[in-house]
Amino acid sequence: MFRRLHDPSAPVRITIDGRSVAAAASDSVAAALLAAGVTTLRRTPVSGAPRGLYCGMGVCFECLVTIDGAPNQQACLTTVREGMAVETGGARPALSLP
Amino acid sequence: MSEPLRDLLIVGAGPAGMAAAIDASRAGLSVAVVDEGGGPGGQIYRGILDGPASVRGSLGADYAAGRPLAEAFMAAPVERLFRSSAVMIEQRQDGFAVALSGGGKARLVRVRMVLIAAGALERPFPIPGWTLPGVMTAGAAQTMLKASALVPEGPVVLAGTAPLLLLLAAQFARLGVKVEALLDTTPAGSWSGALRHLPDFLRGPYLAKGLSLLREARRSTRIIRGVTGIAAEGDGRLDAVRFTAARLERRIAARTLLLHQGVAPQLNLAMATGVAYRWSDERLAFEPRLETTGESSIPGLFLAGDCAGIAGAEAARLSGILAARAIAARLGRTAAPDATASLHAQALRGRRFIDAFYRPASNFRRPPDAVIVCRCEEVTAGEIRALARAGAPGPNQAKAMSRSGMGPCQGRLCGLTVAEIMAAELGASPDAVGHYRLRPPVKPMTLGEVAMLAEPEG
Repeated sequence: MFRRLHDPSAPVRITIDGRSVAAAASDSVAAALLAAGVTTLRRTPVSGAPRGLYCGMGVCFECLVTIDGAPNQQACLTTVREGMAVETGGARPALSLP
Repeated sequence: MSEPLRDLLIVGAGPAGMAAAIDASRAGLSVAVVDEGGGPGGQIYRGILDGPASVRGSLGADYAAGRPLAEAFMAAPVERLFRSSAVMIEQRQDGFAVALSGGGKARLVRVRMVLIAAGALERPFPIPGWTLPGVMTAGAAQTMLKASALVPEGPVVLAGTAPLLLLLAAQFARLGVKVEALLDTTPAGSWSGALRHLPDFLRGPYLAKGLSLLREARRSTRIIRGVTGIAAEGDGRLDAVRFTAARLERRIAARTLLLHQGVAPQLNLAMATGVAYRWSDERLAFEPRLETTGESSIPGLFLAGDCAGIAGAEAARLSGILAARAIAARLGRTAAPDATASLHAQALRGRRFIDAFYRPASNFRRPPDAVIVCRCEEVTAGEIRALARAGAPGPNQAKAMSRSGMGPCQGRLCGLTVAEIMAAELGASPDAVGHYRLRPPVKPMTLGEVAMLAEPEG
């Protein structure tokens, strides 16, 4: 889908749906996902339709993924960090009630 | 614990915001600048300081021109708040309180004046299948290139109209990225509409730039002109692009479809704050009503750059300076007049030709019934038209009945389309029909963040 013009000079390791991938330190999570060949990022709450990156700049809210357990993070506005765990598909956080 | 009252908060660190920050700080104002990105540049100069050096040579001279501005901005005595969004602006007695949200935290910043330099976003391009994974904006692909040296893998198709598409085609060509075709949707009648603006265009800065881009794009990319229909096809992801040109329908295999038909002002924050706005038929977008200084209908709230009206990076930079001067003067620090205002007028010369020539065709702005127009809530053009026929007088009523505009993007991707569709159905102008009524916060916040904004009593 998208390929790197060169290997990342200072690679950072993250996991995408449990799979370990190398990303560049300056990559957005969206870039890391594209480079790893992941094009479906979530399913819509209305019909379950698959959605991927669209605007790349934080206005469309299509690239919502779960990052380190926090749901609905905009992948295109978040920079990768060593050890970051990214989950696609959309998560509904469990409400813990007393 | 309340924060000190700063003179100025600037929303956005693109060319307008950066130039305004530098100028205002030189005038002795206390300035804070907030931007969602990790560094300066906005969209047009994204990654200008920390992007991969490997692609810099291929991005062009216009992009490189942003570097000195970004460096001066990083060296200026201003407070830089990156990875943060301004989500709400409230009027207070001594100015404004602005809620900033980022990294799971929120805070309230109190300022005398606010300058919104939020820039532009790409116009919606509602075609059948535009919500399929693999279909994205040309700007998204350009960002991946600038910030991460990533290029799309084949087959790649570009589609639409407007200079950014040609720029991207040229950048891809320089990097050896194969593009199957550029489907040019520039309407056939464009010349007649644009002709009266031609003299100014010939005298302005855009001609030379445009011609060399066009030559470069043409040399390396198959450009198919007169495209009147496009559909993205695939099961769960993009497989092919079907298009109509010269009344012939063709189909090309594609894994990536990059769409672009111009840009429009990002007005959500300004609209949610209540600034007066109007529809521009020339630019097919809503624009804020502003004084020549950039001041909106809300005293002390200014707008500059593309969010005030699309005019490109150089005009944005100059309008940022003009707004900063007006703000400084309002706070008692007048600067000596210089050539900025006339340079700004010069930078605008030729825009009207570009706007007219690359005016997106109506069928790509008001799509057929089956096409989704509100991506978030999956509302189709047909549903909006039916609501208008059933008596809904505008987007707010359509919103109430269909949820269009109620998703997380808060109408950023559907506002223009829904206003135009309803206006056409009702036989009114988009000016009369208006945009969704927006309310802060303009980006989703958690309850925890809202709680952080609570101010001490008394």
